[in-house]
Amino acid sequence: MLISLFITCYNDTLFPNTGKAVVAVLEKLGHMVEFREAQTCCGQMHYNTGYQRQALPMMLHLLKVFQDAEVICCPSSSCVAMIRDHYPKMAAETGDPAIVEAANELLPRVFEFSELLVDKLGITDVGAFFPHSVTLHPSCHSLRSLHLNDKPLRLLNRVRGLELIDLPESDQCCGFGGTFAIKNAEVSAAMLSDKVHCVLETQAEICTAVDNSCLMHIDGALSRQRTGIRCLHIAEILAATESGENA
Amino acid sequence: MSVRVGEAAHAPDFPEAAKKAVADTQLRHNVRHATDVIRGKRAKVVGETPDWQELRESGRQIKDHVLRHLDFYLGQFEEACVRAGGHVHWARDADEANRIAVSILQAHAAREVIKVKTMTSDEIGLNAALAAAGITPYETDLADLIVQLGEDKPSHIVVPALHRNKMEIRRIFLEKMKLKELGYRPEDLANAARQYLREKFLRVKAAISGANFAIAETGSVCVVESEGNGRMCVSLPDLLISLVGIEKIIPAFQDLEIFLQLLPRSATGERMNPYNSIWTGVAPGDGPREFHVILLDNGRTSVLADEESRETLDCIRCGACLNACPVYRQTGGHAYGSVYGGPIGAILTPQLQSMEHSQSLPYASSLCGACYEVCPVKIDIPEILIHLRGKVVSQGDAPLSERLAMQAAAFALADSGRLSAAQKLARIAQWPFERDGVIQHLPGMLSGWTDVRDLPAVPPESFRDWWAKRKKREST
Repeated sequence: MLISLFITCYNDTLFPNTGKAVVAVLEKLGHMVEFREAQTCCGQMHYNTGYQRQALPMMLHLLKVFQDAEVICCPSSSCVAMIRDHYPKMAAETGDPAIVEAANELLPRVFEFSELLVDKLGITDVGAFFPHSVTLHPSCHSLRSLHLNDKPLRLLNRVRGLELIDLPESDQCCGFGGTFAIKNAEVSAAMLSDKVHCVLETQAEICTAVDNSCLMHIDGALSRQRTGIRCLHIAEILAATESGENA
Repeated sequence: MSVRVGEAAHAPDFPEAAKKAVADTQLRHNVRHATDVIRGKRAKVVGETPDWQELRESGRQIKDHVLRHLDFYLGQFEEACVRAGGHVHWARDADEANRIAVSILQAHAAREVIKVKTMTSDEIGLNAALAAAGITPYETDLADLIVQLGEDKPSHIVVPALHRNKMEIRRIFLEKMKLKELGYRPEDLANAARQYLREKFLRVKAAISGANFAIAETGSVCVVESEGNGRMCVSLPDLLISLVGIEKIIPAFQDLEIFLQLLPRSATGERMNPYNSIWTGVAPGDGPREFHVILLDNGRTSVLADEESRETLDCIRCGACLNACPVYRQTGGHAYGSVYGGPIGAILTPQLQSMEHSQSLPYASSLCGACYEVCPVKIDIPEILIHLRGKVVSQGDAPLSERLAMQAAAFALADSGRLSAAQKLARIAQWPFERDGVIQHLPGMLSGWTDVRDLPAVPPESFRDWWAKRKKREST
């Protein structure tokens, strides 16, 4: 299968290792991977902050870039949620039937990374080896928008050597919320402090998630507090092999 | 017309008020404890209801139907209520509703009035209007009483004194009820309130209630509660005034079947409220001899006018979204500057005030979606928050620094060439702040992040750079 990556703007810029790991996992499973270099951003930050008008050209650009892509894989549940939850409405508001159709056609072809593996490819064992203790933060969009449920956990459960530790109060938001972390920095920090407390309680070596946005937030505090706990996107764990953690 | 939501028009912005709340560790502890208890109870009784999702959908559809035909159902309610011997008054705004209530009480030469279960009276500032007219209001719901005696404000739409713990309540009772001694157990506190309130129930001849539901078909009003103090208020006095927001209408008595399952389970985690009072007009020899309903608009029709957010009026004031909200759980209700706090308050308060005030409230959310998940009438609160944020921006009320940053970001993200250039620029711009791949201090509004968190530096190679190199390598 030819899988087209929508890597997302912040993974591209800040977390290139996540993208490399996605490529490694998919290629290892025997799939062809392409990266359409014209891609930029889904428009989530602008849309969610109230700049819907500025998000529109980003949607139109994305629709054009992925027009003829068969399967699109995105290692970020919040960006997939942006596309699924808001593109149909944004498209309808343009009043242009061609845009509405393009959006409708795009939606069923977009998969979040763990969703692609479990639902589309029917795989839970990707042949990974990762001899560390890991706890999963189920990000809000993965839980309440994409309803990924236990899909990420099923993937992690099949990783050899990995010890999975339950995160207490796992369904609580980490307090990132995009521009919320800047506009309401104090409340965001208080929410983060609760999340970090729960992560520390697990005594896991690694905190993972399907979103680097939440992980960047959680890691920001884990790093500042010198806890020694690392954050890794789930793709980086699934790409780890016996010959080396960074595939 | 003067639409007023308590003192929300003059309240400080949410981030400023929340900063204070977050620093109050006792408050956070009280709110956390109380919301944890209610959430646990709710989860249990919702979990045992196999048709919960169908109930939610039914509740939602009934409410939507009413909003689409509100003119019809309000007329039907008025007719039925009058037929049953009640009086119906229409109030455009807070001032008009207060004037009507005061004039009814004055016509009966009432100097005192007992009150129960009316958030709406806090919305319109009724207690202050009564006091100005020389009428003393007594709150009789235990939590409202704690708030009133403590000269405090409600912090939750179902449990208004949720921010207070047992010891704080004991102190308020000792002082304000002028007691010589008082035990420490919850039973002791409840007993003190009982003694204090019984005397009022037996003496005061006029009452004001709110309404959970107003039934168009029969002209009935319904109030649900846990203590029985509401039952006393609506049955003992000679005069009863019910203050009803126009969105409280449901078409038929049978619709209670849905709502009396949704509301108690969502609100207090009970299968049924201990007291469900429903009354219709006046009945000779039983209950009040005179019954008035004040139907209040106070901005509700302007909420109704916006198709994208009118479902805000579906709310049955269960408070489940407050208990579930990770923001509310850190700040409590006062930070919202309105009688309506939490996620529902964040969408309701600014809309009632025609988006002129409380514009920071739509941003008081991380959009985590927990509110929508628990809402018994499926109000898509995150979607409405985003819609209202759009209004703040399109009205030109967003901060200039934010508008410029968003404009710059939109420019950079318009095509991949610009994004690539922006990535290179960021690598250069970050050098004064970066150390070992981590940024610990940033200036201006970004310091909100770096005060307590590190930020990863932009790494030397983006994914797109890596991909381009790889492709080049493969082709050679």
